[in-house]
Amino acid sequence: MRKKYLAIPYVVWMAIFVIVPLCLVVGYSLVNREGQLTLENFKALTQYWTVFATSFRLAIIATVVCLLIGYPIAYWISREGPGVKRIAMIAMMLPMWMNFLLRTYAWMSLLENTGIINTLLAKLGVFDLINAIFGTELTYFPMINTPGAVVLGMVYNYLPFMILPIYTVIDKIDTRVIEAAEDLGANGVQVFRKIIFPLSLPGVLSGITMVFIPSVSTFAISKLLGGGMTLLLGDLIEMQFYGNAYNPYLGSAISLVMMVIVLICMAVMNHFGEGEEGAVYF
Amino acid sequence: MRKNGFFARLGLILTMIFLYAPIVVLIVFSFNSSKSRTVWTGFSLQWYVELFDDSRILSALATTLEVSVLAMVFSTVLGTMAAIGFYNMRKRPRTVCMAINNIPMTNADIITGVSLMLLFVFAIGAFNSTLGQLTGVTLKLGFATLLLAHITFDIPYVILSVLPKLNQCDPNIEEAALDLGATPWQAFLKVVLPEIQPGVLNGAIMAFTMSVDDFVISYFTAGSSTSTLAMEVYSMTRKRISPEINALSTLMFVVVLSLLAIVNIRSARQEKAAAARAAKLQGKG
Amino acid sequence: MSKELIRLTDVSMVFDDTTVLDNINLYFNDAEFLTLLGPSGCGKTTTLRIIGGFQKPTTGDVFFDGMRINDLPPYKRQINTVFQKYALFTHMNIYENVAFGLRISKVPEDEIRKRVDESLNMVNLAGYEQRSVNSLSGGQQQRVAIARAIINRPKVLLLDEPLGALDLKLRKGMQTELKKIQQQVGITFVYVTHDQEEALTMSDTIVVMNEGRIQQIGTPIDIYNEPKNAFVANFIGESNIVEGVMERDYLVSFAGRAFDCVDKGFAVREAVDVVVRPEDLVISAPEAGQLVGTVESVVFKGIFYEIMVRGETFTWKVQTTRAPQVGQLVGLSVEPDNIQVMHKS
Repeated sequence: MRKKYLAIPYVVWMAIFVIVPLCLVVGYSLVNREGQLTLENFKALTQYWTVFATSFRLAIIATVVCLLIGYPIAYWISREGPGVKRIAMIAMMLPMWMNFLLRTYAWMSLLENTGIINTLLAKLGVFDLINAIFGTELTYFPMINTPGAVVLGMVYNYLPFMILPIYTVIDKIDTRVIEAAEDLGANGVQVFRKIIFPLSLPGVLSGITMVFIPSVSTFAISKLLGGGMTLLLGDLIEMQFYGNAYNPYLGSAISLVMMVIVLICMAVMNHFGEGEEGAVYF
Repeated sequence: MRKNGFFARLGLILTMIFLYAPIVVLIVFSFNSSKSRTVWTGFSLQWYVELFDDSRILSALATTLEVSVLAMVFSTVLGTMAAIGFYNMRKRPRTVCMAINNIPMTNADIITGVSLMLLFVFAIGAFNSTLGQLTGVTLKLGFATLLLAHITFDIPYVILSVLPKLNQCDPNIEEAALDLGATPWQAFLKVVLPEIQPGVLNGAIMAFTMSVDDFVISYFTAGSSTSTLAMEVYSMTRKRISPEINALSTLMFVVVLSLLAIVNIRSARQEKAAAARAAKLQGKG
Repeated sequence: MSKELIRLTDVSMVFDDTTVLDNINLYFNDAEFLTLLGPSGCGKTTTLRIIGGFQKPTTGDVFFDGMRINDLPPYKRQINTVFQKYALFTHMNIYENVAFGLRISKVPEDEIRKRVDESLNMVNLAGYEQRSVNSLSGGQQQRVAIARAIINRPKVLLLDEPLGALDLKLRKGMQTELKKIQQQVGITFVYVTHDQEEALTMSDTIVVMNEGRIQQIGTPIDIYNEPKNAFVANFIGESNIVEGVMERDYLVSFAGRAFDCVDKGFAVREAVDVVVRPEDLVISAPEAGQLVGTVESVVFKGIFYEIMVRGETFTWKVQTTRAPQVGQLVGLSVEPDNIQVMHKS
């Protein structure tokens, strides 16, 4: 019974390095440079509403794309034999062991105007063909420095976070449950709709959380692939702490609002998802 | 189990291509003879040679490894202790502790990074203007704050992999050791720790991975004089990234791949042996 | 031989305002097989854990050989335990599991080997030394747990529902074997179970518990034949328990008539519970019986039939080897010494 005291060092640690910092964020968001209590940081936020809108729009698109790709992939992997499953899982995890900046940087080589994809397409004569048909003078597809490239970067980096939780849940579904449904007359589609999909919802919810949160708050991806053309919340926050615009008070306010909106989104989603059962986070 | 059809297989293969295309590009261009990262000009190993002369990259690599190893050690010890403590708590305080423990994992990295930066700046400022003036010591963001931040976001992963092991354990196993004459300390070292050892090991690996992979939190807590590999790459993107980075990535990829291969072949072999034993046992009974 | 070994005096245990043990007084002797019997939640496991030293009683004292041991930690007690799910160390092989206690007390290696052999032989597991815990069946794991616990040569072995996880046939075999081991090593076994048949088969003494209180202490025969109250009668074996009135010494009335009995010492006209075991009721022709009833059901149970006979005020459960027809009118009789009269509890 006395062993519960072993948690004391970490409880103290959490208080100092988790609770206090969050309180500081709240505190900073409520004062100005002179240290007076004010709400002006939050008033100033209104001028950034387009950044909020862009961030959430791109993050939602990235999450939806991840879900549309990730769900079938997870489902297909779960139907493979143990050997393929093992290899597929390792293959999913392996890129995560390389720093995500390196992988994102590699996409720059692929997407640039004179990059590998465009060079390849030119060699194949795709541009000549298009120019001949439409009378255009294309020499490349503009891909890098577009919002699309940012979404691609998010999907690429966070797709495994969608696949892994969904796969884990589907893989744990008792095959006898599926057999029971078939025994009761359900066909393949019905088994999926009535059994597999509902049972996999907790995995879907945690996948969505694990993709959406880093997407909405990213700043490196947009810098590398968006070329600074697409300003996202993460960039905005970073600028307040490291840029010329140094203003941690405003930065704290932006962080706080972003955190609250994300929490509300998650709470609403979990509520609609499956009530308590689906509430993987909070 | 039913097998997948053609479409499913195609989908799996395309996903793999999507995941690995950039990595293949990284690796291929690490052997390029020119600085271009899009045009192939010929095979060469010059970037590998230059990599080992580049003190900036090497020291960033050293910092990354140092902070990852230290954070792994501290967070594994603290996290295992905390997991045992949580396991022995009553339901209500345990729920509260687990909720707080989940915060760094659920929160966006940038918020964790920014909030820790505020804490460090605040604490350092308070120190420098009081004690620091008396003693002449000036603190600033650096390796120490970087390490503290890493430990903070690593511990939750350790706890999440140790706790399930504790729950799996026979609840009486520690008592069994005490009953047979072991002191509480002996019972912990000889029985409890070995029983949860896979979870502890897994937690340590997770912690190390998270530390190596982190960029955002490091970026906000390391200050200007200390730099991890990811930070070094990030600062290069403003100018031009040297293909030395490709070379380094390739080397890291090979190391990780071989480690994973060793671990998996070993565990596959163990599973096979266990299955064979079980089959033999069934044949007997 | 019968020297008092362990005594609990006025032991109570309170968890979060719930009283788990209420004033337990209990002692037992050297080389005795004692069973704590009761339904789940009756406090039997808590009693065992207090003796083992895993929990401290809220109030009351525990004595071992006349010495108060309330504050003595488990690792300093000459008592060992066989846990419910065995609590084997899965990271060690069988040999190391059994040797654990000796290793801790730094016994020389060749003696360890000798005593591990001895222990494993006693539980019929010789040759299993190098096997891993997970490769053994439930019954074999059970034996390892016993071997591991007796190797320290404790004065008392505590067993917490050790046969609960085994199937019926294995359980029967282990019952005899456990009794044999107990006689062989000649130490006290304190055995916790909710299975009354197990308790009757193995024990020298049974302690029946319910809701944190001791209901009755006695030999299996005493407890079966002379249950002290309705709970014990109901819990041990099957019983017909009817309400009755003690007319005077040796005469009790129930089910609408008076019966001779062997009980005395009750107040005149005291309301009592009367227990008649199903196998003590004799079926006869209606006119020959003390009671009359209609056969409601007949169920074949292997060595006997279980018959429900509906009388005027009570439906009797009867066990007999000859079955009447359902719907038949029959007589029921019972010998005076098969009527057990109890104070209302």
